[in-house]
Amino acid sequence: MKTLSANAMVGGLFVGAFVIAACIGSVWTPYDPMALDMKARLAGPSIQHLLGADEFGRDVLSRLMLGASASGIVSLATVAIATILGTALGSISGYLGGWTDRVLVAVTNALLAFPGILLALGLLAIFGANKYGIVLALGIAYTPSVARIVRGTVLSLREREFIDASRVSGDSEMYTLLRHILPNCLAPLTVLSTSMFGWTLLSESALSFLGLGVPPPAPTWGNMLAAARPYLAQAAWLAIFPGLCISIVLLGINLLGDALRDRLDPKMRGMQ
Amino acid sequence: MLRFILSRIGMAVPTVFLVAVVVFFLIRLVPGDPAALLLGDMASPESVAALRSDLGLDKNILTQFAIWLTNVFQGDLGTSITTKEPVAHLVIERFKVSAGIVLVAVALASLAAVPAGFIAALRQNSKLDLTLVSVAALLLSIPTFWLGLVILLIFGLKLGWLPVVGYVSVAEDPSRGLLYVLMPILTLFLHEIGVLLRMARASALEVLRLDYITHARAKGLPERTVLWRHVFPNAFAPTLTLIGLVLGNMLGGIAVVETVFTIPGLGRLLVDAIFGRDYPVIQGCLLFIAVIYVLVNLIVDLCYPLFDPRVKIT
Amino acid sequence: MNTPTLLTVDRLVLGATAVATQVVSGVSLTLRRGERIGIVGESGSGKSMLMRAVIGLLPAGISKLGGSVRFEDRDMGDLQPEDLRKLRGKGIGLIFQEPMTSLNPALTIGRQLEEGLALHTAMDANERQAAILAMLRRVGIADPDAAVRAFPHEFSGGMRQRIMIASVMLLEPALLIADEPTTALDAVVQREVLELLHALVEEKGTAMVLISHDMAMVAQYTDRVLVMQKGVCVEEGATSELLRAPRHEYTRKLLSALPRRAPARAVAPSAPLASVRNMKLAYGSGSSAKAVLHGIDLDIHPGEIVALVGGSGSGKTTLGRIIAGLLQPNEGTLTFRGQAVNRKSGGYADYRANCQMVFQDPYSSLDPRMRVREIVAAPLRHEKSMRSAERRQRVDEVLSEVGLGPQFADRFPHQLSGGQRQRVAIARALARRPDLVIADEAVSALDMTVKAQILKLLSQLQEQQGFACLFISHDLGVVEQIADRVVVMHRGVIEEQGSRDEIFDRPTSSYTKKLLSAVPMLTPADGGGIDLVWRAA
Repeated sequence: MKTLSANAMVGGLFVGAFVIAACIGSVWTPYDPMALDMKARLAGPSIQHLLGADEFGRDVLSRLMLGASASGIVSLATVAIATILGTALGSISGYLGGWTDRVLVAVTNALLAFPGILLALGLLAIFGANKYGIVLALGIAYTPSVARIVRGTVLSLREREFIDASRVSGDSEMYTLLRHILPNCLAPLTVLSTSMFGWTLLSESALSFLGLGVPPPAPTWGNMLAAARPYLAQAAWLAIFPGLCISIVLLGINLLGDALRDRLDPKMRGMQ
Repeated sequence: MLRFILSRIGMAVPTVFLVAVVVFFLIRLVPGDPAALLLGDMASPESVAALRSDLGLDKNILTQFAIWLTNVFQGDLGTSITTKEPVAHLVIERFKVSAGIVLVAVALASLAAVPAGFIAALRQNSKLDLTLVSVAALLLSIPTFWLGLVILLIFGLKLGWLPVVGYVSVAEDPSRGLLYVLMPILTLFLHEIGVLLRMARASALEVLRLDYITHARAKGLPERTVLWRHVFPNAFAPTLTLIGLVLGNMLGGIAVVETVFTIPGLGRLLVDAIFGRDYPVIQGCLLFIAVIYVLVNLIVDLCYPLFDPRVKIT
Repeated sequence: MNTPTLLTVDRLVLGATAVATQVVSGVSLTLRRGERIGIVGESGSGKSMLMRAVIGLLPAGISKLGGSVRFEDRDMGDLQPEDLRKLRGKGIGLIFQEPMTSLNPALTIGRQLEEGLALHTAMDANERQAAILAMLRRVGIADPDAAVRAFPHEFSGGMRQRIMIASVMLLEPALLIADEPTTALDAVVQREVLELLHALVEEKGTAMVLISHDMAMVAQYTDRVLVMQKGVCVEEGATSELLRAPRHEYTRKLLSALPRRAPARAVAPSAPLASVRNMKLAYGSGSSAKAVLHGIDLDIHPGEIVALVGGSGSGKTTLGRIIAGLLQPNEGTLTFRGQAVNRKSGGYADYRANCQMVFQDPYSSLDPRMRVREIVAAPLRHEKSMRSAERRQRVDEVLSEVGLGPQFADRFPHQLSGGQRQRVAIARALARRPDLVIADEAVSALDMTVKAQILKLLSQLQEQQGFACLFISHDLGVVEQIADRVVVMHRGVIEEQGSRDEIFDRPTSSYTKKLLSAVPMLTPADGGGIDLVWRAA
């Protein structure tokens, strides 16, 4: 084992803190995140409310903790959908080749011609702006990226001699795909899923910020930010803390992703 | 040369066609009668019936697609349910606003980040490199909508230098209009610096370990010449591709920044249309942005041979 | 011996400070003006690093820890970066191994050749142009005027290496460092490029350091040789003496690793095991189709080692892959034990069990996520009648046959050396006791001494188990050692075939003669070493 890089340590620390906060937040929070308390309306950070209270007097820390678990679950579900769909399509496309491949590549390219979260926005128009709509829309929107990367990995693995060795020993195409190709896709998929978790978290908060995500009163970091916009002058902390949380978690995921890529992707190895 | 350009355009046509297919069927997937959806809840049964025959909804789906595609080619993207304006006109007007902001931000970010990334790569693992890489990672991790809010808080509210709400077109009143776009440009600029710096550094590092760089040094060339004559042209090609992608992605993601700064751009138009279930506008925006994205990538593709002679232009 | 000293390296130590390892530990050498020396060693010997240190271009992470380098009576350690730069190119030139990456793809040949001249000479643009054209003509570029306007990707590997030589020799350096300058080239091209390099160095009176793993090549072009092993110079001496009477054990090992002819064997005549008739294959289709095989006929008899030799693009690997069942030909038939091979025929299972393959790159031919035991056991999956205890026993058996003890069974490929990996690949091929083994460049990627061991192992196993072997190789030295019969391929057709001694001693085709002129004949010398004799082209 090599020693852990600084990237991996800082990234792991931030992501670890996020996971712990999300886990605790799903079972216990200092206050009821939904409880209105007009006496505490727009109260600044204090001993009672460590990170202050919002325009309805709800405790910001409690809402952030619950929001962490909500965002975490939405992101995990999205990554799971995109990874499973994308891996299936990408490996079939890359391994079978021929017409199946051509059709799938054409569709993938058309879907990738929608920049950023645009495809998700379009899909949200169909599925509706709620938790399930977001998971489906983002999951489908990220599927082409996964499919493309898995296809590329499968294609390059097909050139490796151990695949020829498997064929020479008489293994069937399906066996070769399942026994030799897919296990070797795990490393790039791990790196991709990690970054995808970050993209989803970001997209989900962006959509919630636009009002197209998880609807209030259920807290997410994005809709908390959106709600804070009108009170920016009086209560800046309402906008500061949720944004800080998103940034720290994203930084953690980015650093962790870099560390994983350095370790797992031989092309990047030794390049720091 | 002409054949190269034509072949690249030829390669983009199927993509645009498939994009059109996706946009068309996306709206057809919404449950309900497309004619009723396209006219909104307030439409009279007569006008719904009229549109049904216009769109050929009684004919098969391929004929419907052909009718829609013909309309799109004639510049007819339908009529907005909420404002009753032609969608094409709305999209173009709003696009001008967004495009100005995005183009300026990407141009500035490229000018700052690409040289910085190359210099970081040249001094790999030095203090300068570490600082630049850390700053890039940080900028990359801050979501634009929060960065925008913080900038708004500082320059709009605390310092009071720039207007917090409202928008004046730069075309109508250049000096006042500029004040309204400064903060959105700064926000996008800071974010894209992170993306571009990392990419430029990675491309330069990739080139720096190749033998011809060592060969250039072994000839006795000074580092400056090595960087600008040998590293830059080869590392710039992949960076150019990324700049194209960044441009397109910004158009997709600009809605949040326009929301923060209350700018009437294309992103905001799309989001408002989704709120208002204004399907003709949704369709128009999706199609327009995707086509622009394909076009930007096409232009990048066409510029590629300038930087990489291995791409054949015949 | 009054020629002045050009370069002195004194007890040079190079290492990675971060992990406290030395790549070069106290090597000294002196080089006089116009002298040509060779540095020979296997990978990891530090031979390239030593000369990189001389020109001051060590890779990141490696630095000078001790000792000194003096060039033209100046200590390189005292030079300012500016003075060091003036020395590079003009004083010391450097040629690399890989011609495909040593020229900048974005600049024309003309501009790349010109920048050194502009930097180091007082020539004006017209003089520079004239010098470039003359030099390109000298290195054998057919149309220099067109070449200066062309980009590197428009040339083949051999041509690029000529351009590289032109680029370096234009500046007429006092010292030329050639780091494996022809390793990436075809055997025939290798010889031509080396002859050119040698002639140019001779003409200009340039001193040369030739770095190579190839003892025979170094012997041909140098006056003196340094043998390096693990960062230390183990022996130094005049080339001819060192070759004939090596003193150090490692030098002897290197020399004995050079392939030499084994006694001819008699293979009992019998019906062919595998036959190929009128085999044709083209890649691509329609007008862009590129024909690779033009109707090949070939028989492989039981128990013989048939070598398939040829340069790159000869179609030898393609033919091997067709016989292994990895490629479908456009036309022609493959028969095994007299039966046509196709997936539906009854004999297919017998063919698949009895035709196995060993690949070139041991880093790519083993699944990185499987343990050695699983890799070797994988083909046994198809032996339906075998019980798992028998399979395990067979795996242990073949592993010990290839010289790997049971302690290797639970390792992963990345925990093995290149030679050990190739042993695992051989074990996998032999697990089902096949009658035919196709070895595609099976020793090409290995270091000299390891290559000799694997070659020995292969012929021992063949002797014991009696399988037929199709040995595909570009390396005639290796072929001369191992083959019973040789088939020479060139551009998709068989040029010539016959017993090994016929082909090597009495070649009839001019292409075969050209191939043979690139490899030396070895004969034992009195001092325990060898004598080298080159065949006429």
